Amino acid sequence: MDTERRLDALVGAVADGPVDCDGLRVERDDGYAVETPEGRHEGLDEAALRETLAADERLLDNWWTWHRLDGSRRAFLRWVEGADERPVDERYDLLEEGLTAGWGNLWIRVDLDDAETRRYELRHADDAAVDPADLTSFDDPLDLRRPLKFDDDGRYRPLKTAPNAPTGWRLGGLTGRDCVEAVDVAYPATVANWHRERTGTLDITHWRETTERQTGIYGVVEELPREAVEWVAEAACVDSQCLKRREWQYDEADDLAVDGGDGQFPCREPCSLVVAAARRWTTLEREEERTYELTLTPSEKEQVEAVIDAVADGTTDEIREADVYEGANRYRTRYLRAKRLDDEGNLCGVPTDPGDD
Amino acid sequence: MTDHRSQALVVVAHGSHLNPDSSAPANEHADTVRASGAFDEVRTGFWKEEPSLREVLRTVEADEAYVVPLFISEGYFTEQVIPRELRLDGWDVSAWDSDGLSADSATLTAGDVEKTVHYCGPVGTHGSFTDVLVRRAESVTGDPDVGRDFGLAVVGHGTERNENSAKAIEYHADRIRERGRFEEVQALYMDEEPEVDDVTDYFESDDVVVVPLFVSDGFHTQEDIPEDMGLTDDYRTGYDVPAAVDGSRLWYAGAVGTESLTADVIIERAADAGADVGDAVERVRDSTAPEPADD
Repeated sequence: MDTERRLDALVGAVADGPVDCDGLRVERDDGYAVETPEGRHEGLDEAALRETLAADERLLDNWWTWHRLDGSRRAFLRWVEGADERPVDERYDLLEEGLTAGWGNLWIRVDLDDAETRRYELRHADDAAVDPADLTSFDDPLDLRRPLKFDDDGRYRPLKTAPNAPTGWRLGGLTGRDCVEAVDVAYPATVANWHRERTGTLDITHWRETTERQTGIYGVVEELPREAVEWVAEAACVDSQCLKRREWQYDEADDLAVDGGDGQFPCREPCSLVVAAARRWTTLEREEERTYELTLTPSEKEQVEAVIDAVADGTTDEIREADVYEGANRYRTRYLRAKRLDDEGNLCGVPTDPGDD
Repeated sequence: MTDHRSQALVVVAHGSHLNPDSSAPANEHADTVRASGAFDEVRTGFWKEEPSLREVLRTVEADEAYVVPLFISEGYFTEQVIPRELRLDGWDVSAWDSDGLSADSATLTAGDVEKTVHYCGPVGTHGSFTDVLVRRAESVTGDPDVGRDFGLAVVGHGTERNENSAKAIEYHADRIRERGRFEEVQALYMDEEPEVDDVTDYFESDDVVVVPLFVSDGFHTQEDIPEDMGLTDDYRTGYDVPAAVDGSRLWYAGAVGTESLTADVIIERAADAGADVGDAVERVRDSTAPEPADD
């Protein structure tokens, strides 16, 4: 640890005003006054100040680490190691072994390298215990952009905060700044919005304001009925679909009944994916309802419901090939189609439009 | 450097919910600018991806943000959507005082951050974007001197969607024609005359480079145009470069915006708006030059 450099910086900082960080307080009046968890020393000249500070390298390093960061980056990295809850000595003991935190599907680890400097590592939470040799290693936060575009099945992820980030990678040896950068690649703007929320400055834009702002092909979205907005939120904005916690409501004074979820970081406005999907739903909701008479056995009715559930929950892949007791099993569904869809694909032979008979 | 105000470049682009490659040019050009060291910080923001246009400025640390739209022409997105989503206070398109091709920059504040925002005109209407088109022709032919005995077609949407889109195409086609480097230069359109379907009718040269004026490769540049020109019956089977069509050889370049020299135009846009970029323009021109092909 370059103690002299830290001491120079601290003496310089005190010249501009008192320093106060996690139990270390230094001020300049008649000479210097230093307060540490060990006690208070007053009337020190600079040499005595430096000697006193050098006696607790951890306290000095802790100040050095945090004084060079500000805003949301500082707040986030302090949160990662529990800096607001853990005294410096206890925290540095833990840092020697490594401290971990979770952010969405990310696993973040911080420890001290040989020079006693914090180094951060990021992985998918499911890979926390995997041998690093079995993971693809990256060292630049921007290298994560490409792999994180696809889920483990190779499908494009249009929503970065969907809980389907791929596994199998690690990003190690990061500085604090790079750690935040990498988190921002994985979950853009979540650190900034989390920090705004913690400091009481999160700017929430509710459904009505968001949709009233839309123009062009999205101008129609403001016509979506109030009750349908509940279904939008239930379809797209729950924990199973997005790691953000929905804070936006229908309107400032009109909350949605659907739960906003338990995500660590807030969703402050309906996202572009939701607006684009809502455009489709707005069109579909313009249709008048009709009454169809469809003849099904009770099991067939339940099977239709099971298929809807399986598709909506994304569980079709989990149903075993030969498990014909599952309604959404492929053979069961093919049987239902063979029996109940006619050559035009009409359920129970009933045309969608009455005139198409 | 006592009064140095830190400066960020923010590249804003369309992005896509369906096509993973849509945002690739914005990210790649941002990387090139980042490597040039001309800015303290380089960020990207998207209409359809994240960080969204609504939230990109809050990820910026710098005092000044130079926002450069990676769009081909002035119109709905550059005049309405981007300024609205960025919450640029008091934005009015008259601030650009543009004839549809001459947008430069406007200095504003944004409603959700305490920063100065320099909102620049789109990449596609900058004079230097002509050089990107020519560079694209060099890249696809592997010939840094391509031009003699070659025709060049610049392809885009017609006026149907956006009048300024056709203006940008003609602007660059005219500028390349004036340079006299190619035997013939022709603007072609997807949805009006002269149509790209009949590309070979408009050229006498045996070799024609076809450059679509699009930011990124997608449906139009990878499916529509290759099939319309007869490069292939089915885009999924691919096509040759060059490909023989009606006795001509067509060198289809794909979206011009994927050409790495586009990063230079992004820097120039910001520099025109007052960013201190040092000699980054020259350095990026050098660093993005294609390796000469082996003979």
